[in-house]
Order: sequence, then C-alpha cells, then structure tokens
Amino acid sequence: MSNKETTSKTLLVAFLLCLVCSIVVASSVILLKPIQEKNKALNLKANILAAAGLLVDNATESEIETAFSAIKPLLVNLDTGEYVSAEEVGAKSALDYDQRKASKDIALSEKIPSRLDIASIKRRVKYSKVYIVEENNATKTIILPVSGYGLWSTLHGFLALESDANTVVGLGFYEHAETPGLGGEVDNPRWKAIWPGKKVFDLEASDQPILKLVKGSVDKSSSSAAYQVDGLSGATITSRGVTNLVQYWTGKQGFQAYLKRLRKGV
Amino acid sequence: MSDVTIKKVLFEPVFSNNPIALQILGICSALAVTTSMQLSMVMGLAVCAVTGLSSMAISIIRAQIPSSIRIIVQMTIIASLVIVVDQILQAFAYELSKKLSVFVGLIITNCIVMGRAEAFAMQNKPFISFLDGVGNGLGYMVLMLVVAFFRELLGAGKLFGFEIFSTINDGGWYVPNGLLLLPPSAFFIIGLFIWTLRGWKKDQVEPVDYKISSHSIKEAF
Repeated sequence: MSNKETTSKTLLVAFLLCLVCSIVVASSVILLKPIQEKNKALNLKANILAAAGLLVDNATESEIETAFSAIKPLLVNLDTGEYVSAEEVGAKSALDYDQRKASKDIALSEKIPSRLDIASIKRRVKYSKVYIVEENNATKTIILPVSGYGLWSTLHGFLALESDANTVVGLGFYEHAETPGLGGEVDNPRWKAIWPGKKVFDLEASDQPILKLVKGSVDKSSSSAAYQVDGLSGATITSRGVTNLVQYWTGKQGFQAYLKRLRKGV
Repeated sequence: MSDVTIKKVLFEPVFSNNPIALQILGICSALAVTTSMQLSMVMGLAVCAVTGLSSMAISIIRAQIPSSIRIIVQMTIIASLVIVVDQILQAFAYELSKKLSVFVGLIITNCIVMGRAEAFAMQNKPFISFLDGVGNGLGYMVLMLVVAFFRELLGAGKLFGFEIFSTINDGGWYVPNGLLLLPPSAFFIIGLFIWTLRGWKKDQVEPVDYKISSHSIKEAF
C-alpha cells in the first residue's frame, strides 16, 4: 500500500474527508435548527411567565403558549420612558425585537461610562422590551428584562413588578453560568420565594432604587427589611452582581423614567 | 492484537483498563461536569457515542488514510461528530445542553477519543473498533458517575436532582460541602477511586520509577 502515501492521494483524501464531514455537520445544523429555535423561544417565554408567577409546575408547551398569549410585549424608550412602536426600532413586532443584538448595534445603543456601569454590561440599549400583564384592562404586572455580571457570567433574567411599579412580584434568571450550588442558587425556588413583596424604592425618601441583597439573613424587625433580600451564602460576588443589576435596571440608566411614568398613571 | 474479543473490548476498559483511572486521560471534563449525576450521565453517553462512531468511521477508512495526515483526519472526523452530538443535545435536551455548555464541544479535545482512534481503530476492523470506542466511553462514564455520586450527594444533598439529604438552604439539617461543587474536589475523588481500584486489582500498581535516596550530606549543620 505504498501508493496511498503520494501527494495526490493525500490531497484527495483530505478533500473528500472535508467534503463528507462538512455535509454531515451542515445537514445536522440545518435539520435541527427549527427545533432548537423553538426550545429557545419556549424557554424564554416560560421564564417570563415564571417571573410574573404565572407559570404552573411542569407546564406543557401548549400551556406555556396559552399563558403567554395573555402577556403583551411592548417597547420602551429608556430615556423618556415612553412606549415606541416596533417600526421605529426597525423590528417586525415588539416580540421580534432582539435586545441583545441591539445592545451591540451602534445605532441602537451607546457606551455606558464606567462610573455608571454598575452592572458591567458595557453598552446601554436605547429601547428595551417590557412585558405587560393586563387584567380587566388595567396593568397588573410589569415584567422587565434585566442583565448584569455576576462572578463568571452575565446573568440574564426578568424582574416582575406590581402595577405600583415598586413592589416585586418575582425575579428569575434564564441564563447564567454561576457556580452550581453557590452562585447557581439564584435558581433556588426557596430563595426566589423571598422576593415577592419586597420594594425597590422608598418613594417617600428618594427615587433611587435601594433594594439590595445583604450578607446573611435580613433582620425582619429592621425598618429597611422590605428593601433587603437575603444574600446567597458562599456567593458574595454573585449576590453583589444581583444587587447591582437590580439597581442598575431600576435606576436612572435603566427603567427609572418608564417606572415614573407608570406611577403617575400615564 | 490477536486476542480481541467482543467481551474484552467492551468491558475491559470499565475497570481493568479504565481510561481515566489507569491511563489518566480525559481528566478535564471529569472535573468540570461531575457536579451532578444527570450531567455526568449525559456527558458519558455523548462521549460513548463519539468514541464509538469515530472509531468505527476511522476504522472503515483506515486503509485509505495517508500516514502523514492521519492525526488531522482523525481530528476532523471526531470534531464533526462532536458538533452533531452537540446539535442533537440542543434540540432534544435543551435544559441539559445549557448546563453542559462548552464541555460537549470540548469532547473534541478529550484524549480518550483520539487515543482510541490512534491506538485501536487504525489497526482493527470497524465493528470491533466501534465496540472498543463504546467500551472506553463506558469506562469514562462509570468513573464520571462515581465522582458525581459523591459530589452531588455531599455537595448538594441530592442524587439525579432528587433530594436525599435536605439541606440548610431548603430548611433541612444538612450543611452542604461547598468544596465538592468546585472542580478541585474531583481530584480528591478520582485519586481515592484510583487508590481503591489499584488496591483491588494489584496488577495496575506501577513499579516505582526511582527511589529518593536518603539525605547524607551533613556539612550544612
């Protein structure tokens, strides 16, 4: 078998191998893409519902879709707090608007000065999606997409607020890569259960968000207990990251203008 | 390689010639994804599929591979299979693939896969190469599951996600050992596993390479 070592044979084998392998890889990617996209979209919807406390346990696909149809996606201009139409930001519909892509687009985002970038997300989008749950023609829950850096990764999630734009309904993350068992406990249902009822702002004192995670447990007798959440034990930096991202997104750089308008009842 | 029987190639790598415990290959992913039994199981199955299929594919074309590019050819086949496995996981086990994240992709660099391709599949027939690949994948999976058993049970009080010890975080009594959830703990468990295995199968004990001579120069004192 000495002839298999010739240059032309070597090139031929390499070429055929590459051809076969690329066909295999390309076809698997293309064939499985629709299923993967569906999984991703469904996962996102389930997380939006979970933040608003609308997700039933072990929900099936159709249950998620039905529950999600009651939620209205809208787009908000973060500077003015006003709603904008999907056409203005160049998306087909509000649901189609890809906020993560927009945060990399120079036309749709701007660099955050490092002094203000407490959540370490680098770029700020001009328009953000929000999801509204309505009941009897009145806003019941506002679901805000939030993101920020923890220890290893950017946490992406949703913060749901009641119609007073202050009381928390729930917080949940759909994407993160924190240490399982430590920072990864942001997914622990028992920890998430502490959030409902907490308040983001002390509106009588200031319009700056003060909700934060504290080391250890919250002293329930203290007057600021409503603005504090138990920190995650063994995950100081993830806890700090969660505080930062909540304060960033409810603060001046985030949804503050929008939340103010909601409180005024516009 | 005259005595390759089906039983031998399939089960020998599990204990007698375990790729991780004896050959010390594929340690990196064994450290990374053994935090839970479920992840280890899926990762083990993925490695089984990749080693099995890549060994078979390489064995089929082994007579055609020019020796000057054989490593590249093996890598290309392995890499393509890993991408296919990753895509399948993303489509049918979305939650798990999110947790396994980059480590499925890193099967490409898992020395076990390439080691079997080079050491076995290049010299043997396709079917037996396939079984050899699966067998080595099984050896990998068994070790992963053993490590994950201890890490998940002692680190999170769970097995396959079901609660065994109720932890303090969930209002129970068990204080989980955080160290076991971090990658270095797998070193301890793999070390203990190798120790136990070599206590059982004495022929795996390696001869001492050299002996440290006693300290004899005294002038420093």
